[in-house]
Amino acid sequence: MVAWFQSELGTGLGWFVAHLLLVLAIALPVMAVMAMSTWVDRKVWALMQLRKGPNVVGAFGLAQPFADGIKLFLKETIIPSGASRGVFLIAPMISFVLALVAWAVIPFDAGLVLADINVGLLYLFAVSSLGVYGIIMSGWASNSRYPFLGGLRSAAQMVSYEVSIGFILICVVLYASSFNLTDIVESQKGAILGVFSMNILNPLLLPMAVMFFISALAETNRPPFDLPEAEAELVAGYQTEYSSMAFALLMLGEYMNILLMCALASILFLGGYLPPVDWAPLYLVPGIVWLFLKLLFVFFLFAWVKASVPRYRYDQLMRLGWKLFLPISLFWVALVSGWLVFTGHFSGGGA
Amino acid sequence: MTQAFIFYLLAGVTLLSGLMVISARNPVHSVLWLILAFVNAAGLFLVIGAEFLAMLLVIVYVGAVAVLFLFVVMMLDIDFARLRAGVARYLPLGILLGAVLLVEMFLVAGAWTSGAIAKGVRAAPRPEGLSNTQAIGTILYTDYVFVFQAAGMILLTAMVGAIVLTHRERAGVKRQDPARQAARTPVAAIAVVRPQVGAGVETGAGVQ
Repeated sequence: MVAWFQSELGTGLGWFVAHLLLVLAIALPVMAVMAMSTWVDRKVWALMQLRKGPNVVGAFGLAQPFADGIKLFLKETIIPSGASRGVFLIAPMISFVLALVAWAVIPFDAGLVLADINVGLLYLFAVSSLGVYGIIMSGWASNSRYPFLGGLRSAAQMVSYEVSIGFILICVVLYASSFNLTDIVESQKGAILGVFSMNILNPLLLPMAVMFFISALAETNRPPFDLPEAEAELVAGYQTEYSSMAFALLMLGEYMNILLMCALASILFLGGYLPPVDWAPLYLVPGIVWLFLKLLFVFFLFAWVKASVPRYRYDQLMRLGWKLFLPISLFWVALVSGWLVFTGHFSGGGA
Repeated sequence: MTQAFIFYLLAGVTLLSGLMVISARNPVHSVLWLILAFVNAAGLFLVIGAEFLAMLLVIVYVGAVAVLFLFVVMMLDIDFARLRAGVARYLPLGILLGAVLLVEMFLVAGAWTSGAIAKGVRAAPRPEGLSNTQAIGTILYTDYVFVFQAAGMILLTAMVGAIVLTHRERAGVKRQDPARQAARTPVAAIAVVRPQVGAGVETGAGVQ
């Protein structure tokens, strides 16, 4: 496709137009999925609490996310008089844009990836660690107590759990010998007993998968770690002063980050776009469908946790991050690398 | 052409945000400009093809160090008037420091284009078939492993030092013991008492 555009429009312009279209081809479906994910989320909570959930707008309430979007769009944007205007308006944009640019390196199928860069996983890690700025800036710029406390909590929380996420990623990278996400997916092909294509079935990586899931909950400020927006104590945390589209962007950024973490968990531990069993007929189903099913499964787990687990206390949250996850994941990096050297995993010329 | 344009864009924004760091009135805005400078510097790394360093710069400096900066600056109550008052007094010293740095940078630039070391480095390109990441790893963990370890030890010492300097034992602090909390059973925590009418219950009687 890029080549066709380049032959029609010249090298530079063709490349630009082709990539613009590719970006739209990823961003628009991602946003649509994200809108529907709010509906899935609310339906799952409702069913778990024996309620009906959204069921008025459209069939099964399917149009509810769009009704919410239009409602927010039509509201007035209110900027508090004491707020730092520039930062206050930039913060939601940062949060939204960062959550969107991360999808550039996600492989939806073999070769179906916008930027197949060799530091893909580091790129994702970098983008997700930047995500904290959207929250901390909105918390500070609101110039109000609740948002500020929410922003501080969230900054401390996200920085803490990033450390252990880093070590968990390294464990997977050691198995794949690459930071490239496509390589990481391909390395799982039939890796378990020559049959299953899932890292999570590897006894050494199973604990890491569990820890990654919990850290992802903390990283995206989801319950039971949603202290930055704990409604019982902080109203709505860093979002308190926001209204209209600025609020919508913060909300969308949050959901997009959750979807991103689901995609990352699917790619790292559930085999990404590969079918779960390395069996020829299953490859007839397109890889993007497998990825979507896995993503949906992890997303269901996220919703399940929110519906059933009570919120952590802040000191418990910090203890879990620093005193349990950090030492365990650090030890696990040593264990995995020791095991891989012992079994001669790297003797095949990998660096 | 495109590369030159992107270079000048990134370099320009880096310089501009560097200028804003020292001229912004609000310290939090200063830190935010600093972060913009970091991100643009990472972009410059990308332009010269050092993608691993670019990602590390973003992860380490922007994702962790700058967050802590921001964290501290946000909580400080800074008196702007007093902060501004010293500018005139320190201006000569600042200009002197700037001049020294400028001269040094020109010297470095001269050495880089003509020195034997620089030519040697450029004559030894990255090994064929290795990515940036692997090349850096190979050098760091084989050729310079002891230096790397020493650097790690120095950082560890600094960390322990910071903890020792700031840590103090405080009396009367109630600590959480998660193991004990989890091991608590209803039998140990609840006592059913049947007081006489009008007698009341002794405070703490039968309750842990």
